[in-house]
Parts: sequence; structure tokens; C-alpha cells
Amino acid sequence: MPQIEKNGVKVWQVRDRKSQLTRWGMWFVLVLVFVWSWQVISDNTLWALMGNVGEVTIDITSRAMPPRWSYMDKLWKPIWDTLNIATLGTVISLMIAVPVAFMAARNTTPSRLFVRPIALLIIVSSRSVNSLIWALLLVSIVGPGVFAGLIAISIRSIGFCAKLLYEAIEEIDENQVEAITATGATRWQIMVYGIIPQIMPAFAGIAVFRWDINIRESTVLGLVGAGGIGLQLSSSLNTIAWPQVSLILLIILVAVVISEWVSAKVRGAII
Amino acid sequence: MLQLNGLTKVYSTGDKALSDVTLTIPNGQVLALIGPSGAGKSTLIRCINRLVEPTSGSAILDDINITTLGAGGLRKQRRRMGMIFQEYALVERLTVMENVLSGRLGYVGFWRSFLRKFPQSDVDAAYRLLDRVGLLEMADKRADELSGGQRQRVGICRALIQDPSLLLVDEPTASLDPKTSRQIMRLICELCEERGLAAIINIHDVALAQMFVERVVGLESGKVVFDGGPDELTPEVLTQIYGEEDWEATIEAVDEEDNEGADA
Repeated sequence: MPQIEKNGVKVWQVRDRKSQLTRWGMWFVLVLVFVWSWQVISDNTLWALMGNVGEVTIDITSRAMPPRWSYMDKLWKPIWDTLNIATLGTVISLMIAVPVAFMAARNTTPSRLFVRPIALLIIVSSRSVNSLIWALLLVSIVGPGVFAGLIAISIRSIGFCAKLLYEAIEEIDENQVEAITATGATRWQIMVYGIIPQIMPAFAGIAVFRWDINIRESTVLGLVGAGGIGLQLSSSLNTIAWPQVSLILLIILVAVVISEWVSAKVRGAII
Repeated sequence: MLQLNGLTKVYSTGDKALSDVTLTIPNGQVLALIGPSGAGKSTLIRCINRLVEPTSGSAILDDINITTLGAGGLRKQRRRMGMIFQEYALVERLTVMENVLSGRLGYVGFWRSFLRKFPQSDVDAAYRLLDRVGLLEMADKRADELSGGQRQRVGICRALIQDPSLLLVDEPTASLDPKTSRQIMRLICELCEERGLAAIINIHDVALAQMFVERVVGLESGKVVFDGGPDELTPEVLTQIYGEEDWEATIEAVDEEDNEGADA
């Protein structure tokens, strides 16, 4: 009861004493968890080695500069692979994510009791595993190479795209669907006229956003042998070839900046 | 002719929205359904084309019992019932033309509608209707660029291109200003007369209803409590439908307007 009588004056507070105390208690627990985690990390760090962090950083940076530009010749192919893994992976995942999203959305699912839980399971299991882990698994199944990376990116993206898309489907304006239903349209016509126009902006946004993320993710897939520029990165790191590492990082930065620019343009054009 | 026999709707929450509504609407009759919010007006018209499934009772349109139809049969009958909505319910991101043509979905196969390849006769009809409501030059605009009154005109076109024999109209003027409200009501009633259409118009504005329709049905708590001509709406009747209030002003307003109309 937030209203308290005090000396005949009605005092109003947002929360009463009990919920106020609970809130403070929760903040206290949060701070406690933070301090405790900090301590665990600190205990497990060899501080002795941290003494020359600055020196080492400067040392590596100086050895990495300037980037070895001639190495570029060997990078064009892996960059092209990386781009293909990201793009094709996004397209494949969308082809699977769209039907899954329609099956998962409460207002379009054919059956809430059977189909919806299956669709949600697909989404959760795809999302719960990182694409690097998917790539590790797939490299041992289909062997190392671009194909493993492609499948890893596709599988990981299904859950992400389907989740965002089904949330968009659940938020549509039902009046428009009702109006199309009232004309005597079939289930599929209702989908094409009543639902799809409403989710198109969300779909475009999700697609380019995921493509953007996939470009970044596919740059590391090579670390586990799943194709792309990550392979060069890991071998350069292993041979302590710092000028090559700096070049690769620079290339990745440029690729990500370009993809960000493209996705912003596409989103702007479609919405 | 539309016959409603003992139409009843109980929602799963236990709310009884309609109880035992029996009405007969002859061909070409325009009927206003009045009543307070929550009286079951929207439920009633949605039970006719089964956007809401009635719990019991039947709706019979020209000897076809709509309430017992299967999915395919229901779609066929829905084509004969055009519906107009309070918030227009246009598909906002489609063009005016696409919205109007969507009224033909019940007649056109999936791929033709998917590719927007509607028969020329439908396209001609759409242009004629848009011309009739004064929106011909808006055909290629997106629906969300239009004003409220313009959107409702598109909604009217979408309902009429179905070539219906009955219009179900749900609060057509509730989101419009007074002048546009009258224009829209006048347009709906004119079009019904031109085409010999019957219509059920849910409406809040009693004075507006009295101005345009030939029959008024009052609904209160899901029951029909009044059925008569617009001039039979006395303060006593309005009190029965809506509850205690000073009704003289509402009725006077209509009288004055009638006189103005006669002078002009």
C-alpha cells in the first residue's frame, strides 16, 4: 500500500516498504555476485606475468607494423570464400527459417499443441550452440573446408532469424488479416495479402542484420578449419608472422565496415 | 434476404456477447445497429460471416445456412458479404489498387493473386469504383499515405468489388471527423441504393443513423431491445438502450438538420 497517512497528510510513494526492501536486496545480491566473480578471476590470473603487459603490447605492435602488403595475393581467395560462406549461409538459413517462423508464431501455426513446440525446439537448439562449435562438429563430419563453414553458419542463423521473424509475425495487425479473410480468401491468399506485406520490413531488416553478423562470424571459422580467411589468420598467428596478422585484421575490419554500410543502405531502402 | 435465428455467442471467458438474436433483413434494406459499447454489435456482424463462430443459432443468407458450412462453402458465401471496418483495416503497405483488388481474392486463384494478375474485368471494376468514390488518381499510392476518409473510401471499394448482396459495416465513422462521417455514411447508403444492397451498419452516432437509414435495431447486453423506424427513437427508447441520459438534445439536432435539408 503506497499511501501512508502521516500527521494527517497523505504521503504517496511509488513502492511500499516491503517492495522497496526487496529491490535493495536484489541490488545488493547483484553487487555481491560481481565482487565474487571478480575475485575468482583475480585468483586465477598469474599477475606476475601481467607486469610487462604494456611492453609486450608495444613490442608486438611494433613488429606487426607495417602490414605485409605483399601477402594480399594469398588473401583474395579466402576473402571471397568468407563472403560466400556468409551470403550463401544467410540465404539457406532464411529459406528454412521462414517456414519455421510461421510454424512457431501463435497466430499462424497449424497446431499449437504439436507443430509449435517442434518449431520452437528447432529455434532453441540452433541458437544454443555457437557457430564455431557447429563448425568444429561439422569439420569432423563432412571434413574441413568451405562446405563445413557454410553449413555451420546456416544452422546457427536459422534460430536467430526464425525467432525474430516469428516475433514480428505475432505482432502484426490482426484487423488487416480479418479484412482479407472476410473477402473469402484462402489460407494462402490471406498469408500473401494479409500477413506478408506487414512483416516485409522486419524480414528485410533481419536478413541484412544476420548477413552482417555472418560476415563477422565467418572470418573466424577458419580457426577450426571450416574455410575462409580465419585459416590464414590462425596459421599466421601460429608462425608468429605479426605483419600478416595485422594485414588480415585490417582486411576483416574493412569487410565489416562495408557490410555494415550495405546493410544500413538496404534497410533504409526497404522500409 | 438475411435471416438470423436465435443467434447466440458465448465467449470462452463465459461472457455472453449475444443472446438469442432473431432478425430478418429483406433484400436492399439498410439497417443501423445501435447500442452501447460492449452490447455485442461487432460480435453480431462477425457471427454472420463467421469471423467469430456463433455458439448456437443460425444465419441464413438467401436460403443458404452459413453457420453449418464447411471451409470451402464458407469462403464462397463470404464473397457475397462485403465488410467495412472501423479502422479501415486496409493492408497499409499495399497500394490502393492492390487493396481494392484484394476484394476479388475469393474469385481468383492463388497464383494469379500472388502475381497480381487479376482478370481485366476486375481491374476495370476497380477503376470504376475508385472513380465513383473520387479516388481514381490515388490508385497507385500506398494505403498508408491516405487520410482517414480516403482510406474508408478504399475500404468501401474493397467491399463492393466483391459484388456482394449484403454489406456488413462495423463502425464506419468512429475514427472520422463529423463532416467526413456524414460523407462516408451518405456514400455507403447511396451505393446500397444504386446496387440494391442490404446492409447492417453498426454505429455509435444515433443522430447520424437516424439521418440515413430506414430501420434501426437497438442492441443492449446482446439482446435486441428495439426494432423500428428512425423516427420511433424516442428518449424513452434511447434510455432503454443506453441508460439514463438527457436525450432531447440528440433528437433535436436531427430535427433541425432535417429542416435545414428541407430548406436547402
